[in-house]
Amino acid sequence: MPIDRNGKDKEKFQQLQAVIDDKKGMPGALMPIMQNAQEIFGYLPIEVQQFIADELNITLSEVYGVATFYAQFVLEPQGEHVIGVCLGTACYVKGSQAVLDKLSEILHCPVGKTTEDGKFTLNATRCLGACGLAPVMMIGDEVYGRLKPDEVEGILAKY
Amino acid sequence: MDLFRSHVLVCGGTGCSSSGSAELIRLFEEDIAKAGLENEVKVVRTGCFGLCAMGPIVIVYPEGAFYSRIRPENVEEIVNEHLLKGRIVRRLLCSEAIEDETTTKSLDEVDFYKKQKRVALRNCGVIDPENIDEYIAFDGYRALGKVLTEMTPQEVIDVIKASGLRGRGGAGFPTGTKWQFARNAVGDKKFVCCNADEGDPGAFMDRSVLEGDPHAVIEAMAIAAYAIGSDQGYIYVRAEYPIAVKRLQIAIGQAREYGLLGKNIFGTDFSFDLDIRLGAGAFVCGEETALMNSIEGKRGEPRPRPPFPANKGLFEKPTILNNVETYANVAQIILKGADWFASMGTEKSKGTKVFALGGKINNTGLVEIPMGTTLREIIYDIGGGIPNGKKFKAAQTGGPSGGCIPASLLDVSIDYDSLIAIGSMMGSGGMIVMDEDNCMVDIARFFLDFTVDESCGKCTPCRIGTRRMLEILERITEGKGEPGDIEKLETLAKNIKATALCGLGQTAPNPVLSTLQYFRDEYEAHIYEKRCPAGHCKKLLRYTIDPALCKGCSLCSKVCPVGAITGELRKTFSIDPNKCIKCGSCMEKCRFNAISRK
Repeated sequence: MPIDRNGKDKEKFQQLQAVIDDKKGMPGALMPIMQNAQEIFGYLPIEVQQFIADELNITLSEVYGVATFYAQFVLEPQGEHVIGVCLGTACYVKGSQAVLDKLSEILHCPVGKTTEDGKFTLNATRCLGACGLAPVMMIGDEVYGRLKPDEVEGILAKY
Repeated sequence: MDLFRSHVLVCGGTGCSSSGSAELIRLFEEDIAKAGLENEVKVVRTGCFGLCAMGPIVIVYPEGAFYSRIRPENVEEIVNEHLLKGRIVRRLLCSEAIEDETTTKSLDEVDFYKKQKRVALRNCGVIDPENIDEYIAFDGYRALGKVLTEMTPQEVIDVIKASGLRGRGGAGFPTGTKWQFARNAVGDKKFVCCNADEGDPGAFMDRSVLEGDPHAVIEAMAIAAYAIGSDQGYIYVRAEYPIAVKRLQIAIGQAREYGLLGKNIFGTDFSFDLDIRLGAGAFVCGEETALMNSIEGKRGEPRPRPPFPANKGLFEKPTILNNVETYANVAQIILKGADWFASMGTEKSKGTKVFALGGKINNTGLVEIPMGTTLREIIYDIGGGIPNGKKFKAAQTGGPSGGCIPASLLDVSIDYDSLIAIGSMMGSGGMIVMDEDNCMVDIARFFLDFTVDESCGKCTPCRIGTRRMLEILERITEGKGEPGDIEKLETLAKNIKATALCGLGQTAPNPVLSTLQYFRDEYEAHIYEKRCPAGHCKKLLRYTIDPALCKGCSLCSKVCPVGAITGELRKTFSIDPNKCIKCGSCMEKCRFNAISRK
């Protein structure tokens, strides 16, 4: 669904405006503003990037440059549940790649993409820092540890 | 202040929170109230105890009873037996805490903790990190008071210099010298920054310090600010660490409330305040100049040095940047003196180092050891050895910038210089243990894959050179390696090391060079014999059926998804290697262990 600044998304833009007004004067405000914008919209569509650029009086290319540099910023809408399989070293040596492959197979979804029904986004993530529970994945804020590939189907069924 | 006869400490670090410790805290409070003990027993949510593999962990003092892997249904029993009747529930204790049939060991007598020395982690798992009073009760902010009222800035720097403290982020630059540069630099404004962008995969030391003892970092940053003449600090922390961020925010708020941050601290002329900036998932932002660009709101690309940050750093002003663990040592050094700190460790590496022990090891978790401890002591005495009776193959330190240490060097002393000498590095403290099932060529490929993904693209050697190395490694692990590949890798590695702009590129070839140095035979087996000795690289595996063991039950041919297995019932079956996709289903299903993988 396209972004509509004066229609359905009006309230979100008002929220963003308040954030920008609050942070505008502080040094290095761009990233905190973008992080807030992503919380409000769920992702950073080009219209939102343009809005931030206009408000901060900088070019769109500067905002887009930051948006594409950092892994945290996403330019496309995310699925209802975001799955992150940890591919940090500790998880990798304990077989997290097999967990990721299995998820990709069950969901018919390549890594980094969202399922057709918009329910899940499947990501490989950097170390989540729960190395004691390796291999680990997160679905939303929920952490699942000491995983085996044949357990993931049952876990997905909960969502 | 209320006095309690017993304290129940429940770990609230990320590891144990992930295994459900928040629920345990709720249940303990509920059941303790039910037993009418709420005025006698206090439940405290602490930072990380270190032994994440055994989580969720619960410690009951004064006995120091060490309960591990506690489930919600165990809580009532601990309350009724231990807290009410004074009988330790032996069945639920960590197995290492059981001495013999009648005696149990307290926490600090357990092997995992015995060889450790906790300086940076001293308060982790001891105090409630969300309560500044507990930090103050453990000598918190006394060092800041001493510095502001009894010492000159130069005296502070002299103490840090004399202690021999070196940067715990990996490179090991002397901290006092860094502070001296920034103190000497001319500028109307100076900044103190803390690098908490812990990107090294498999490392979570800094996260644990921030989650378990956030005030130690805040206090040290204020001390550093006084030493160099700064009034503003920034903590740059990963957004992926929500618990750490929240506890830092709480700690900064409490410190402001107590007048320990803000204007005229301790009634002196010194003013200092702190802001948190969240990283956004870029490994290169652990590099100091890239981190500063990121705080300024820009793409996190490194800047050429010189000028060094001590002269021209954040917002072009003189800046110091230290790692979380480095800061965690500072207040102790001020209070106990440079000599105390310098008495620990080796000649050139003083103090202790925290490692995040992970991978194929029994006791995964956080350990803090005096410098100079051997790798063997860490792996076997503290880490409890390798699980499932497998053989130790290598320990990886330094993450994507480091290298692998083979079994022949298990007696190496863990300090900055010894690790560099054997082709690895201290790094920030990730230590991943690998066993005989891990393929070292694949591990090198794994790290290069990481670097290629995280290379910022600013300089050519890193952007293109690491990609070329990755392509070669991918070919080798897929069975398409060619004679000359090893030499090509070596040439590329040498050139990238010599010409890349920042630390990320300059160290990116290290995982390849160190595996080539110690495990060259594995590379050669992949290239010349098309064989993966560890049995890991899928495309090089061959599944075969042993005719002597096969009963001809046909189960394998039924589960094979591509119809690669054929044969007649009650006669030997066989696998067509051209059709086989090496999924391993047949081997899992065979009841007679007739299928082998080589």
